[in-house]
Formats: sequence, structure tokens, C-alpha cells
Amino acid sequence: MTAGPSVQRPAPILTEDNHTFWEAAREGRLVAQRCGDCGQLRHPPRPMCPACHSLQREVVDLSGTGVVYSYSILHHPQHPAFSYPVIAVLVDLDEGVRMLSNLVDINAGDVHIGMAVELAFAATGDDGAVPVFKPRGSGP
Amino acid sequence: MSSVISRSTAIVGVGQTEFSKAAGRSETQLASEAILAALVDAGLSAGQVDGLVSYTIDPVEETELVRALGIGEIAFSSRVPYGGGGSQGVLLHAGSAVASGAAEVIVAYRAVKARSGARFGRAEVGTRPTSQHSGSTAMQWCTPYGVLTPGAWMSLNATRYMHTYGVTNEDFGRAVVQLRAYSANNPNSHFYGEPITLEDHQTSRWIAEPSLRLFDCCQETDGAVALVITRSDRAADTPSPVVVAAAAGAGLFEEEIASNHYAPDLAVMDGSAAMARRLFRGSGITRADLDVAMIYDAFSPLLLMQLEGLGLCGPGEAKDFVADGQLGPKGSLPCNTNGGLIGEGYIHGMNLTLEAVRQLRGVSVNQVDDARTALVSASRTGVILQCP
Repeated sequence: MTAGPSVQRPAPILTEDNHTFWEAAREGRLVAQRCGDCGQLRHPPRPMCPACHSLQREVVDLSGTGVVYSYSILHHPQHPAFSYPVIAVLVDLDEGVRMLSNLVDINAGDVHIGMAVELAFAATGDDGAVPVFKPRGSGP
Repeated sequence: MSSVISRSTAIVGVGQTEFSKAAGRSETQLASEAILAALVDAGLSAGQVDGLVSYTIDPVEETELVRALGIGEIAFSSRVPYGGGGSQGVLLHAGSAVASGAAEVIVAYRAVKARSGARFGRAEVGTRPTSQHSGSTAMQWCTPYGVLTPGAWMSLNATRYMHTYGVTNEDFGRAVVQLRAYSANNPNSHFYGEPITLEDHQTSRWIAEPSLRLFDCCQETDGAVALVITRSDRAADTPSPVVVAAAAGAGLFEEEIASNHYAPDLAVMDGSAAMARRLFRGSGITRADLDVAMIYDAFSPLLLMQLEGLGLCGPGEAKDFVADGQLGPKGSLPCNTNGGLIGEGYIHGMNLTLEAVRQLRGVSVNQVDDARTALVSASRTGVILQCP
């Protein structure tokens, strides 16, 4: 058995512009921001729609399925909050937005670009959770 | 509108401290020493300086610097965002100010204790969503996922680049072997007298797989570099001026400090391409005119990706360009002849400017024959320097 991390995954840093994403994650939801006027979906969230300059913002649930656009297996340097190697991924979600996250429930050597993934959650040190991804169809 | 500075300004002095792993003195002192050396090099005095330019991320306070050096009235000051990617922006800022008449003699400086002080390569969990207005807004999206360093941020782009063009870590290694060969000749460099083989590179430990091994990463370094910039007509009175033929900045769209996670195609450095278009446009200089180039190599993939972004070779062709020895002393475009940030040290990009000036003055330890035109690219900011 490998030693787990000695401190827990750090909680997200909340700002006036990003909090809707992280608050939804605490409730077990994966969301993106949608313009309340022109309907453009965007991530990361921003205060203004770059397409129509609207300040109307909606929060919409995403399916949680997508494919790995890129990845990196992080070995060094190490932080005590994480188990290494950390598998960092950029996931292109089916709805058309990209997110940076981790891939879990997989051996580092099996990660590849284009693999189908689905939503999971990982606990944070403040009893919250952040969205992560696992290979699609890999069980609960 | 062109952002070209067309030969109206010149670098008339350069200065530096020693580059080390433990400077043992403050960044304000390091900056002061480098600036004084640059002023001596230019034959100018501190009292003649009326402008200061640095990076937003630099820890030295302008007020402290002015007091330490005994500088008088400051007419112009500015700071460039985006960390080392903005490093060549100091010449766009200084050149614009000098050309407009806002100031006469501008000092650009960067002082770091990137090894003995705050290390870029240490995994730390910050408590703020950004870092010193340096373009690191990505941190807030990366921190909960353990993506904590510039290398980790950048490596996600590099993996996609490798996937798209069939590039391997060995391809990056060939560039690093050349950089280390240059730095082995450079007494100023961290790796003086320490060339490596491709096998050495391939057996160095993984930092971020499959793109970065230890030897693909720049050296965290303590030290400072300073440049003195003034009008070209005034530069004629100085001992060894180098003309700023063009300066440009671009590519802040959709980019963070060391990555570009949300652009459609991460195999392409859009920021470099946009910067290069502005840099060459209206300059009367073509890529074929370049005798030597300094290309921001915080990590070796950035060197190859930038060669393509800048249009110095075609998409996916950088690995062959490197393998054919084009970066070397006999190549078509000798690159990073000081050893680069990977071989010489990491003064956040400004030591590349220094090496370009040395080449044009004919005093580099890896001197390129008859070097008349030099490119310095920090990806989203860049300059073309020329002999007067």
C-alpha cells in the first residue's frame, strides 16, 4: 500500500468571477457559464460575454462526458497534498468547452489523447469537492 | 497600425551581476549593481537616467532603486506583464517612450533570486488567484489539481504538440545537447564546462511525462541584468551601441503566463505567430536576414514550438531543423549561443537580450561570424537588434 497524501487537496480559491463553478462542484455538479443574452457557452467563467458584451450570466449543467485533449504525468516537484504522479488533463467536453482537471482510476501509462472520459469528484481539504474525470465506463 | 520601433532607438549599455544559486544580497542590490555596470558600459551617469522599465513580477521597487542609485527626476516608468514572456517588451516600452520624447535615457532591468528566494519550480499552493499581475490567472484553475508550476502548466501544451507532429522527448533532447554545448564554453553559465550527451539527457529524471525531463528545464538562478536605451542619434556618442530595428508585443489573447490551455489548437503558438507578424511587418527585415536568434527556452519544448510559431521553420518541422544542426555554430540559425536559459541561467529572459548584444558587438564566447542581425523572442514579445 502506498502512502496517501499527508494533507488534503487544496480548496479552490474563490473569486467574484469564478465562484459559481466551484460552488456547483461542492454540490456535485459540473457546470459552465452561458451568456444570458446570446447563449454562448464559456469556461473559465468571465464577467462579460466576449461575443455580445452582455453581463447576463447563466449557470448550466454539463453532461460530464468528453475526451482527453492533452495530458501530462507530473512527477516533480511534489506537494504533500497530492499523490504522485499527478495525472493532469485537459478535457474537451461534449458541449464544446475545455477544462483542466485530473484523471483518476487509471494507471499513468494508460493515459492517451482522445480517450473518452466521464465526470467524477475528488474531495478537498475544506470538505468540499472538485470535478475530476475517470475513463468512461470504468465503474462507479 | 504597426508596433515596430524602426531603428530610432538603441541599446547603448548592458550590465549584469554574476549568475549564481545564492546571490547573498537583495534584489534591489542586484538590480543596482547591474544598472551601474550598464551605465558604465554606456559611458553615462545615473544622473542622466530619466526612465525605468521592468516586469510586473520584478520585486524591486522603483523608489528604492532610484534612491540607491542616486537617479534624479524620473519622467517615465512602466512594467510589462506576463513574466518572462514579456521580457522583450521592456524594449518596446522603452523604445516607445524614447521615440515619443517621453524620456531620454531609460534603464530596463530584471533582478531575481529565483533559486535562493522564491523558486518558480517549487510546488506551492498559493492563496491568491493570480501572482503579481504576471498573467498567472490560470493558477486558480490549476491549484486544486496539483498543476502548480510553470513547467506543469506548459507541459500540457507540449504533450499536444508532440501528439500532433510526432515529436518525442528525444527531439527536445537534441536541442538541449546543443544548448549545453554552447554553455560549456561560457564562463558566465551555470553549466560551464559541462556538456551533455543525448544519453545523459534521456536518463535525466522525468519532471512531466512525456514532455519534460530534468535537463529540459531552465536553471533557477539568482542575478540581475540591465540595459540602457536611448535615441539612436544620441547613441552615436556611446562606445558600442546596438540598434533596436524592431520591437513588438502581441498574443495576450487567451494566454496565461506559461500556457494557453483554452485555445483551439495547442500545438501552435498563436501568440508567437502574432508577435512575429508585427515584428517583421514594416521592418524591412526578413527571416532570412537573421544571423543569430535567442529564443526563450524556459523549457525545451518552447524552443521548438517557438521556431514554428515565429515562422523560422514550418509546422512540425522544428524537430528536423534541430536534428540537422541548424541551431548549432555551423547551422543556418545559431540559437541561444550563451547556452540559453537552460544552459546559462534564468534571468527571466533578459540574459538572452544580453547575449544578442554580445553577438552584434562581436564578443560572444560562441561568436557567430559577421553577426549583423539578431532576433530575440520571448514568444509574445520580441525584438530585432542590428549593428548600427
